[in-house]
Parts: sequence; C-alpha cells; structure tokens
Amino acid sequence: MEDCLAKKMEITVSEAEKRTGRNAMNMQETYTAYLIETRAVESQSEGQCAPVDSLWRRYSEFELLRNYLSVTYPHIVVPPLPEKRADFVWHKLSADNMDPDFVERRRIGLENFLLRVASHPVLCQDKIFYSFLTQEGGWKEMVNETGFQLKADSRVKALNATFRVKNPDKRFTELKHYSDELQSVISHLLRVRARVADRLYGVYKVHGNYGRVFSEWSAIEKEMGDGLQSAGHHMDVYAASIDDILEEEEHYADQLKEYLFYAEALRAVCRKHELMQYDLEMAAQDLTSKKQQCEELATGTVRTFSLKGMTSKLFGQETPEQREAKIKVLEEQIQEGEEQLKAKNLEGRDFVKSAWADIERFKEQKNHDLKEALISYAVMQISMCKKGIQVVCLAKECFSKM
Amino acid sequence: DTSLGEANSFSPSMPISPSSMINQYKFEDEPELRDLFITVDDPESHITAIETFITYRVVTKTSRGEFDSSEYEVRRRYQDFLWLKSKLEEAHPTLIIPPLPEKFIMKGMVERFNDEFIETRRKALHKFLNRIADHPTLTFNEDFKIFLTAQAWELSSHKKQGPGLLSRMGQTVRAVASSVRGGVKNRPEMFTEMNDYMETFSQKINVLDKIAHRIYKEEREYFNEMKEYGPIHTLWSASEEDIADSLKGVASCIDKCCKATEKRMAGLSENLLPILHEYVLYSEILMGVLKRRDQIQGELDSKVDALANKKTEKDLFSEEIGKLEDKLECANNALKADWDRWKQNMQCDMRSTFSNVAENNLRYYEECLATWESFLASQTVDLHVEEDSEDRP
Repeated sequence: MEDCLAKKMEITVSEAEKRTGRNAMNMQETYTAYLIETRAVESQSEGQCAPVDSLWRRYSEFELLRNYLSVTYPHIVVPPLPEKRADFVWHKLSADNMDPDFVERRRIGLENFLLRVASHPVLCQDKIFYSFLTQEGGWKEMVNETGFQLKADSRVKALNATFRVKNPDKRFTELKHYSDELQSVISHLLRVRARVADRLYGVYKVHGNYGRVFSEWSAIEKEMGDGLQSAGHHMDVYAASIDDILEEEEHYADQLKEYLFYAEALRAVCRKHELMQYDLEMAAQDLTSKKQQCEELATGTVRTFSLKGMTSKLFGQETPEQREAKIKVLEEQIQEGEEQLKAKNLEGRDFVKSAWADIERFKEQKNHDLKEALISYAVMQISMCKKGIQVVCLAKECFSKM
Repeated sequence: DTSLGEANSFSPSMPISPSSMINQYKFEDEPELRDLFITVDDPESHITAIETFITYRVVTKTSRGEFDSSEYEVRRRYQDFLWLKSKLEEAHPTLIIPPLPEKFIMKGMVERFNDEFIETRRKALHKFLNRIADHPTLTFNEDFKIFLTAQAWELSSHKKQGPGLLSRMGQTVRAVASSVRGGVKNRPEMFTEMNDYMETFSQKINVLDKIAHRIYKEEREYFNEMKEYGPIHTLWSASEEDIADSLKGVASCIDKCCKATEKRMAGLSENLLPILHEYVLYSEILMGVLKRRDQIQGELDSKVDALANKKTEKDLFSEEIGKLEDKLECANNALKADWDRWKQNMQCDMRSTFSNVAENNLRYYEECLATWESFLASQTVDLHVEEDSEDRP
C-alpha cells in the first residue's frame, strides 16, 4: 500500500468544547467545536517529539469536507460521518446533541472519520483534506472556490437515470441490492440491540432494590443479620456494574452504525455509475438517430417517420443545396458525437475499473472490521458473565452463612 | 447433584413417592426417624351440575400405631384443606399453623383452573400437609388424621359434627371484642419483642415479595427482546460471504443465552417466588397468633380486674382465674416453643432459597460464558489461519 497520510501524520480529535456564536441569520446559536491535533510522525530519535499543530472545527465543516470529497471522487466509497443526531437510543441514553456522552461518542466518530480518510490511498492525497487538518482560517473559502457544488449531480437526474438505465454493469446492480440489505439489517439490529440494552439495564437495576431491604431486615435478625447485610452489598455492586457494561456496548453499536452509513456511500457510487451509463446510452442513442437522419438525407429514402420528412412532403422537397448544408451540419455533429461517445465510453470504463477497485478494498475493510466488531462483542459478553459470576459467588457465600 | 440431597418433604416439585422419601429425609428438628409421609399429586377436575372443582390425591404412608393401616389414598379438594386449617387453628390458637395457598391469586391469573395455577397450588398444599406432619404437636391432631385417612363421605359427615357456623361466628365476635379490650397491658416483654419483630419482618417480606416479582418481570421482558435479537444476525449472514460464519456464530450464542435466561426465570418462579409468598402469608398468620395470645391474656386480665371490684363470689372467680392462668401459661409456652421452631425453619428456608437462587444465577452466567468463549475460540482460530496464509509469499 502506498504511503498514505495516516502513516506520516498522527491525527486526533482530542477535545470537544461548547461554543456560542452567531449564525448566518445573525441569531445566537450554541454548537460544539472539536479540536483536531496533528503531529508529524518522524523517526523518534533521542526522544525528540515533533510539535503538535491544532485547530478547531465544528461538525458542519466536517460535513462540508465530506460533501467535497463525495463530489470530487465519485468512484470512491467515501467514509461516512458519525450521525448528526442521536439515533437508536435506549431510555438511559440522551437524544440531546448537547449531552456530554453523545458529544464524546461523536468526537471519537469524527476522529475515526479523519483516520479513515487519511489511510485511504486516494483520498489522503487531497489538498483540501490536508488543509482541513492544518489550515484554520480561510479553509471554507478554499473549498467553495473549487466550485465542487457545480459538479454535484442533481438528485432528480440521478433518480431518473436509476429508473431508465438499460444496461448497467451487473455488479453494480448487485452491489446496490447488497447495500440496501445491509442498511435494512443493521438498522433492525441496532433497534433491537437498544431494546435489549434497556431490558438488561432493568434486570440489573432491580436487583439493587435488594440491598436496602436486606439491610433493614438484617437489623432485626441475630444470626442471619450479617449474611443478609453483606449479600445486600453484593447486590448493590451487581446493580451498579451494568452502567459500565452498557457504555462499552455503545462503542460496539457505533462500529455497526459506521457500516450502516457506509451503505449509503456504497449506494452513491452505484448511483454515479448508473448516471454515467445512462448518459452514455443517451449519447449513443442520439448519435444513432443523427446517423440515420444523415443517411436518409443522403439517399433520399425516408425510413423512419420524421417531422422533417412530413413537412418536406407537405411543403415540397428541399433544394439540393439545402440538403447538402443539412448533411454537412449533421456530419459535423456526428463526428463530434462520436468523439464524445468515445470519451464517455472511456470515462465509463475508467470509472467502473477504479470504482470496483475501491469497492474491493472496501469489502476487505468491511469484512475485517465487522469480524473484529463481532469478536469484541463476544469479549464484552464474556467480561459481563465473568463479573456476574464473581458477584453472584460472593452473594452465594453470604447466603450460605445466614 | 441436587436430586437426592434436596428431595425432602419440602421440595414437592419432584413426584416422589412416600416410600422413597424414607431414605431421603433431611432432619429438620426431630432427631427420631420420621414415621409419616404424605404426598399431594394428581389434580383432577370434577364437573357437576352446580360447580366445577379440582381434587388432589393425598397419599399417606405411616408406621404409626394410631393408624389402622400403613397406607392411605384419598381425594381432597381445596375446601377440605380450608376446613383442616380452621380446625387446627381452633384446637391450637397459639400454635403457628402453616399457610395455605390463597383462594384466588390477585395478580396475573385470569383463569382459575389453568395448569400453572393448579401446579402452584398443588405444591403449596403438599408443603402445607408436610409442615403439619413435621410439627411436634399438630402431627397428632385428630382432625389431621381424619383428613388423611377418611373416605369422602366419612369426611363430610365428620365435618358436619363440629361447632356450627353460628358458634364459629360467636367465637370471632368474642375474639374481636377482647382484642379491643387489650391483653397488651400485662404482656410479657418477650411477646412485645415478638410483635415488634413481626411488624418489621412483615413489612420487609412484603417488599421482598414485590422485588422478586419485579425481577421476574424484567427478566421476562429481557427474554422477549433476546428472542428477536439472535435471528437478525442469521438474516444478515444471508447477504454476507466472509463474515457469514461469524454472524451465524453470534446468532447461535444469543439464542443459547436466551434459553439460559428462560431457565433462570424458571428457577426464580419455582424457588424464590413461592417461598417469599409463603412467608408473606406466615407473617399474617404470626400476627394472628400473637393477637390470639393477647386475647387469652386479655380474658385473664379482665377477669382479674373484675375480681378486684367484686368482693363477693371470690371463690368462683378464683377458680375461673386459675383455669385462665393455666390456659395462658399453656398458650405462652406453646407459642414460645413454636416461635423458636418457626424462626429456625425460616432461617433455614431463607438460607437455602436464596442460595438456590444464587446458584441458579451462577449457572446462568456460566452457561453464557461457555457459549461466548467457544465462539471466541472458533473466531480466533480462523484469524490465526488467515494471518498465517497472509504471511506466506
């Protein structure tokens, strides 16, 4: 793998800070700013450490960066941003954007985003991305100057292409189905996971009620008192243990969420292919009809119905000079059209080749990451079971001494 | 191995025959060998023109001389148990008569005769009779013997012989009246302590009962969500290639943990919930027993006060007072002995029940741990294989 930015530069999103300011409509708003720290990874000799550069960015700037990357590299599966609003929450989690836990998880998500981009062989070389990390002032203007918004395809155009394209590459059609399935199944999984977490929380916390009752009961017992009291204490420990367990699980949910959002990025690449393919098909169709017109004019035979043909029948034939002129125009257009078609074909094939290469890279990354995530989930469950065994053993001992 | 060690008269969930119990009895408070073994099983519903009711088979095996035979099999309905309890209370007002399952369950039960309800009741009735059998005094009660041995028609005719409804009502009225009058004034310290204890115990046991039900409910809701959780991973695996096995592995683990949760819940509902419920009933029974003792005290006290005011008929009064004093002394001694016994048993029950629940939870976590550990082992084996194949040129 080529030397990507991530190998040359340490990137962290180390802090989050609440800010107030004035928005575009001069109304006061509160938002969170994130501190991006970068440091060159030099061979550390004699404990010499490179200096840390830092700047603050807010979520909307991250969004701008990602939009720029998506438009500029449509053949790349661009890493997604962490969610804008808290979704799939269970009752203890807050859906509030200002909630410190949400902000903290978002901070981690933003760091992950930057690291993903920095380790991508193509994206990491982008100048705008580099400036995002290193140039505080004037970055927004720089991005807008690239005029990338103009290059963006309209949603309507894209939708139209999806419906009307005749011969898209089958692999992209399959990929689109896959990304739909992935999105659907991960959403469902996250929803149920949140409910399971809620219920698990309930089970643990209710055990906490034992503590107080046991304590009060132990006051009237002589022989049983100690056993009850200490068992109650263990029940309290048990009930409290769920908070850390579920906090850890949130990170697992975030890992899944990333791939939920990646599904959208996959779909975007497929859409781009469909758009290009449709464009190509339209251009080829146009060229064919022009060639036909040319032929008809040259040979005088009207093979297909055309308005021109009708009007010439009604209003008399054209003069040979007029016909010559028309043919010449058409021939020019045809030549232009053929060149354009050639270029479009080439563009299309290049796109398919480079997109598919990135998709293969993505697939490997996805399989690796998701397998790791599932393993980490198993590790979490194991840890939870071990903690449970420990506490219950202690409680059991207390009970046996009653 | 829990099957033999715990197969005593107090764990009626196993269909043990009385004869097999002889070898497996765990000594409670009697050093001599048990000579009366009772089982309650085989619920059967009977439909008549007027009503539908359930009868239970009561099998008794005994070596006692007072019994004509060594084995009896009779059928009893809930009403009969109620009758027995009230006769015992009548005969021994200050002994602690074990609790009967309630007539109707307030929460949750819709149908009176669903299987779960009948089984719960059967177990409780079994425990009821065995507790009586183990009681040093109650075990020799005549009505108890008749209950165990009489055929249906014999029992109904015997029932009709007892004090009628009116006289029973009269007793209740007198009891209420004398409770208003007191018996608290001269109450010995020991019984005041018992009263205070019971008030707190009653409070705490009721709260515990609620907590245990709450835990059961939460575990069930968790179980319901878990049922849906596993299959999603299987569904996902259908669209994947490389990670399909890992996903299926996780699905299988979650399903196994789901089943383990079911077992955990069953343990709760078979062990803890019934015991806590019994002790909720016991706390009411004990408060009643203490009240009745106070009433006897009250009768004596009022007669003593009356004597102080009346100068005539002293002799008559003295005789009456003498009798009441004896009655009170008997009652106090009986209660004291029974109280000590009850406390011992309560401690034992609580110790074993809570230990069982803990053991149950332990098993749950151990099962889940084993499941996830084996999944992890399978995954890391794959990873190592992958890593090795990557290293190769």
